[in-house]
Amino acid sequence: MTAPKVIVENLTKTYRVPERRPGLLGALVGVAKRNYRAIRAVDDISFTINEGELVGYIGPNGAGKSTTIKLISGILTPDSGTCEIDGLTPWSNRTAHVRRIGVVFGQRTQLWWDLPVIESFDLLRDIYAVDPDAYLKTRDELIDRLNIGSLVNTPVRLLSLGQRMRCDLVAALLHNPSILFLDEPTVGLDSVSKLAFRDFIREINAERNLTVILTTHDMDDIEALCKRVMVIGNGHILSDGSLSDLRKRISRDRHITVKISNPEFVTAGLESAVTVLQNGGQRVKLGFDPEVISASEVISKISSENEVRDLLVEDQPIEEIIAQMYEENAL
Amino acid sequence: MSIFNTLYVYYRFLEISVRSQMQYRLSFVMLTFSHFLVTGIEFLGIWILFERFGSLKGWSLAEVALMYGIVSIAFSITDAVMRGFDMFGNMVKAGDFDRLLVRPRSTVLQLMGQELTLRRIGRFAQGFAVLIWAASTLNVDWSLAKIGLLLFAVFGGAALFAGLIVLQATLAFWSTESLEIMNTVTYGGVETTQYPVVVYREWFRNIFIYVVPLASAHYFPAVAIIGRTDALGTSTLFQYLSPLIGFAFFIACLQVWKFGVRHYMSTGS
Amino acid sequence: MRGYRALVSARFRALLQYRSAAIAGFGTQLFWGLIRIMIFEAFFLSSTLSQPMAQEDVITYIWLGQAFLVILPWNPDRELGQEIRSGGVSYELLRPLDLYFNWYSRSIALRTAPAMLRAIPMFIVAGLFFELQAPENFVAGLAFAASMVGMVMLSAAITSVLSISMMWTVSGDGITGLAPAVVAMFSGNIVPLPFFPDALQTVLRILPFSSLGDVQFRLYTGNLPVSELPLVFFHIFGWTLFFILLGRWMVARGVKRVVVQGG
Repeated sequence: MTAPKVIVENLTKTYRVPERRPGLLGALVGVAKRNYRAIRAVDDISFTINEGELVGYIGPNGAGKSTTIKLISGILTPDSGTCEIDGLTPWSNRTAHVRRIGVVFGQRTQLWWDLPVIESFDLLRDIYAVDPDAYLKTRDELIDRLNIGSLVNTPVRLLSLGQRMRCDLVAALLHNPSILFLDEPTVGLDSVSKLAFRDFIREINAERNLTVILTTHDMDDIEALCKRVMVIGNGHILSDGSLSDLRKRISRDRHITVKISNPEFVTAGLESAVTVLQNGGQRVKLGFDPEVISASEVISKISSENEVRDLLVEDQPIEEIIAQMYEENAL
Repeated sequence: MSIFNTLYVYYRFLEISVRSQMQYRLSFVMLTFSHFLVTGIEFLGIWILFERFGSLKGWSLAEVALMYGIVSIAFSITDAVMRGFDMFGNMVKAGDFDRLLVRPRSTVLQLMGQELTLRRIGRFAQGFAVLIWAASTLNVDWSLAKIGLLLFAVFGGAALFAGLIVLQATLAFWSTESLEIMNTVTYGGVETTQYPVVVYREWFRNIFIYVVPLASAHYFPAVAIIGRTDALGTSTLFQYLSPLIGFAFFIACLQVWKFGVRHYMSTGS
Repeated sequence: MRGYRALVSARFRALLQYRSAAIAGFGTQLFWGLIRIMIFEAFFLSSTLSQPMAQEDVITYIWLGQAFLVILPWNPDRELGQEIRSGGVSYELLRPLDLYFNWYSRSIALRTAPAMLRAIPMFIVAGLFFELQAPENFVAGLAFAASMVGMVMLSAAITSVLSISMMWTVSGDGITGLAPAVVAMFSGNIVPLPFFPDALQTVLRILPFSSLGDVQFRLYTGNLPVSELPLVFFHIFGWTLFFILLGRWMVARGVKRVVVQGG
């Protein structure tokens, strides 16, 4: 059954940022006497991630996302609080802990720039002390699944971003980690690569019960992959649950987009129940709360006064939900 | 992880570094040769001066050459092996140190494994040549003990220089401005110890006996090998054991490094 | 002319910003100077043989060498190397300037700005504390100053040749690899030239590198009489012309190569 994998309790991390004084005199004074501003990057957060969960971790820049990741990967030590992963505290047992995790940094590759990909893999095998036979099996299977067989002898510097990403994924999994951290992995990828990436993550998460933690700004990634999303802002966890929970907390609104052939849109007595979000003349987008007025009511009222050519009913884009959430929390 | 496994991983790192450098074979040869020249002209300078003056405070050219050779070889070893630490300041600035922390290996091992700068063989070669000449010219009874001491001195010196470089790299945890002062001390140390440390003014020589104890690697062992009485009054036993100071220095510097890593982990990048 | 002057002053001003590097370099050079002086001190104490230079002159010579160290054409112009590698040469060709003198002007700035940053503190510190002496006399000082101008021009010409060679090779290969050792040795930076074996003195004098410091510093200390000045100028002028012509010839051939390759 699902055992807890990552247990975080009351984790706090404060940075001391030196305050810069304005002007030349300020700079000189600053050399002698430094004023520090304390920034609570992570403020008393707690959560538990169970084995096999695929969790999205989102938040605006500077919210504490990367700090949290660094803490639980063992790179950073907190001011207070605990974290337990497989019985170990990440920052106290760095080498032992790190042996069991895989990390993919979106912006940077962990492979060696000048080396053919396969040699990077071999080197990682030795660094992680992977059993040679197990390594070959894992490696070949991953190469196959991510379809990089033809690339494997090319130096990393010659690969495109999408190709590099796939190689980095393989590299992160060669030593069979039980947790995979993905830090903004799809930045800059073309659509085909993004889809392939999502499919792969979904599959290995299911097959191997691999715990995956994904930080990203791309809400499509989240929607496609994560049943559970944690939102962090100003060092606090603002929301922790499913996407639909998140949605419900912020806004129940749904959107209707209509394309009309009459010259101007007639609101048809819906003024109180509905908000006009966009009015481009022939194309109008309305927002409504399904608990106040049903979709079919809205549609019939609109159709009665307008010549509707096309119509689309959808949830409020998750992007907007998140933006709203950030705004509400003054982030 | 056993020590053998660690050594094996280090060997793998070096293998990759060497192969990558060998790709540019012609360039490598030229770079090595120019490194040989640039370092070799130092000894040429010493030779020229001895031709003019005849002796240096009672030291002959061959005796000075012995010390020069030891220091050259010692530094060339360190210079070849520690490039990862040399470039560490840039790594911290670019935020790449995290990549090392995420791997289940010591940061020291990974940094040392970054590169084996082969062209340093240039300095090694000229140092070796000078040493051989000195060894054959000097009237030394080359017992096993003395040869052992020579090797001991070379490696003690290499360890000492390595400690300096680690210390310099550790500074990068605190300041993004690379503190050139360390470079000055390291390369300055090489320059200084080409000559017996006793020929310098007292305040200056004391720096290299007590603060940056390079004298332990070149002067005291050389005195024992040549068989002179030390003007500073040390015993033969001390002279034979002095390279230990270099190793102790290196270990001390490693502790400072570990402290630096802990500091980095608690303040973030 | 205005274009070239502008290039020189722009680069000059840009280079003056590198103050922290200069301070760091200053410390290192102070150290170097001290070591060399102490060694000479020790040597002079050890021998009664007559030497080609008096001890005080040697000390001054060494400090001058450190003060003006960065004028020496150690290495090619890194900025130029970048330009060549990245294809910037094509842009330079679009400017209404002679390409060689474009680069030469920038080399002049490269060999003077950093030197100003270091020479001034070096003179102050070494002059006050470490026995750097004033010129032998006023005329010697003038001769020194005039010949220093020549040193800069010659160094810029040699630097240009080194930089232009990067149209064919990568930095560190070929002549750029040999330059540091050769320049340092034969300009008197390792050991003042008069101390070299007597048999070599003529050759050393003829080589271009003797006008990269040795001659200038010896004019300053009086070791080289001012009456030699015309010969000095002839030497500098001749070699500078040689390297300029060499550089221009190399540019003409190199440009075709670089532009065609899209380099």
